[in-house]
Amino acid sequence: MIKVQNLVKTFGSFTAVKDVSFDVATGEIFAFLGPNGAGKTTTIKMLTTLLRPTSGSIELDGLDPQKHQNEARRRFGIVFQDPSLDGDLTAWENMEVHGVLYHVPHKVRRHRIEELLKLFELWERKDDQVKKFSGGMKRRLEIARGFLHTPKILFLDEPTLGLDPQSRNQLWNHVKKVNEAESVTVFLTTHYMDEADRVAHRIGVIDHGKLVAQGTPTEIKEQTGTESLEDAFLALTGSTIRDESADAADQMRQFAKMWSGGRR
Amino acid sequence: MSAIYILWLRELKRYTRSRAQIVASLGQPMLYLLVLGFGLGPVFQRAGNGNYLQFVGPGVIGMTVLFSSIFSGLGLLWDRQFGFLKETLVAPVPRLQIMIGRTLGGATVSVIQGLLVMIVCMIAGFRPANLSLLPMAVGFMIAIAVVFAALGVAIGSSLQDMQGFQLIMNFLVMPIYFLSGALFPLTGLPKALAVLTSLDPLSYGVDGLRTMLLHQPPFQPAFQLSTNVTVLVCVGAILLVIGAWRFSKIEI
Repeated sequence: MIKVQNLVKTFGSFTAVKDVSFDVATGEIFAFLGPNGAGKTTTIKMLTTLLRPTSGSIELDGLDPQKHQNEARRRFGIVFQDPSLDGDLTAWENMEVHGVLYHVPHKVRRHRIEELLKLFELWERKDDQVKKFSGGMKRRLEIARGFLHTPKILFLDEPTLGLDPQSRNQLWNHVKKVNEAESVTVFLTTHYMDEADRVAHRIGVIDHGKLVAQGTPTEIKEQTGTESLEDAFLALTGSTIRDESADAADQMRQFAKMWSGGRR
Repeated sequence: MSAIYILWLRELKRYTRSRAQIVASLGQPMLYLLVLGFGLGPVFQRAGNGNYLQFVGPGVIGMTVLFSSIFSGLGLLWDRQFGFLKETLVAPVPRLQIMIGRTLGGATVSVIQGLLVMIVCMIAGFRPANLSLLPMAVGFMIAIAVVFAALGVAIGSSLQDMQGFQLIMNFLVMPIYFLSGALFPLTGLPKALAVLTSLDPLSYGVDGLRTMLLHQPPFQPAFQLSTNVTVLVCVGAILLVIGAWRFSKIEI
């Protein structure tokens, strides 16, 4: 379903992704792990047509996302690392806008929005503005939204960041449920190794832009001779702490907080 | 088409839901209208130019449309910040449609805002000379709104964050406003100022608006009505193309 070959992305003199290749089969849950700044989000952005690769090839369901942008976009859903809901709209309206943008026919749309909001336990709050939602509810809504247009591939970029164990647990149960029911291919990144161990069929570990290991969780543990995935991860990527510099978006988020008194 | 519609609708919904903001954004025009309108009135009258409140009313309406349309374009920065922009950029819809939906939405909101200010003006004592020309006046408001919403989108697409906001405000938006003849007649100006005002697209918008709303002496139009229309349409078309091009270049 996803086929990546010799993918490279450079920003000026900095190489964010170096010669990465991997395959993800249909219906598989693939976890993409790596420390901060390893190149996870950059890879996802290239897979989802937001960034142009410097070189290398990508195939999503047999399509090159650069050449057939809109065709490819119809085939995947994405939950971004940072929120991408419109806080002024209600849960229903956020879903509605998404459905229209993805050309989901009116009848199917109504039906499916209802089904998904119920599945993700947001139905009672469907007419509330999203800015009044808790972090966990927002995340659930984003994931529900990602499923709305019945994508073949779902990208989840650190979907459980900042969620409590209850919400995380629930969220993964939903993802697994939909993965099984609709055989959606899931491509996820996370910093929680236990989640990856529990949910993912296969794992790829990326560090400094390079793919350093690939396989099932058991294979990776055997490969490194460690007991847990966390230890395996540390063995593969070392224990030095990585610093990501704050980008423009982070700076603006601070500014926005200052300005709106944390209203959003 | 449905993508354009839903994004247009989104802008409207956001507008109608921020009641506090609607009231707040009426504050500045009211200051100009009431303080300048009544403050400069006697001097204006003595200079033989008639009632200043009548004169400044269309200017204040033009200002409202200008500010609110440019800010709607710059709202792109907030969407970039709060992520909704990404949601629209990965959708299987041509970027041109997304840009058009946003721009039309912003323009519509600005026109509504302009109409609200017109009502405030009328409460303060402003009287349009000929009610049958009101639709034409609204036409000019739409033209101003589209021109500057497109400009706002072009700028919003080119900036990364709010850092440049003050710069845009002080070196672009305020000069456009002050040089437009919203506050003073454009006739008999010093040469340099006359050149600057004729380069400002809002001058043609405000002049058109004034022609439609006042329509009789002592008011004298600064430009031909056909010049006003031509300039606004051409500038609007050019800015829409630039805005669409800048918007298509956004990378996140």
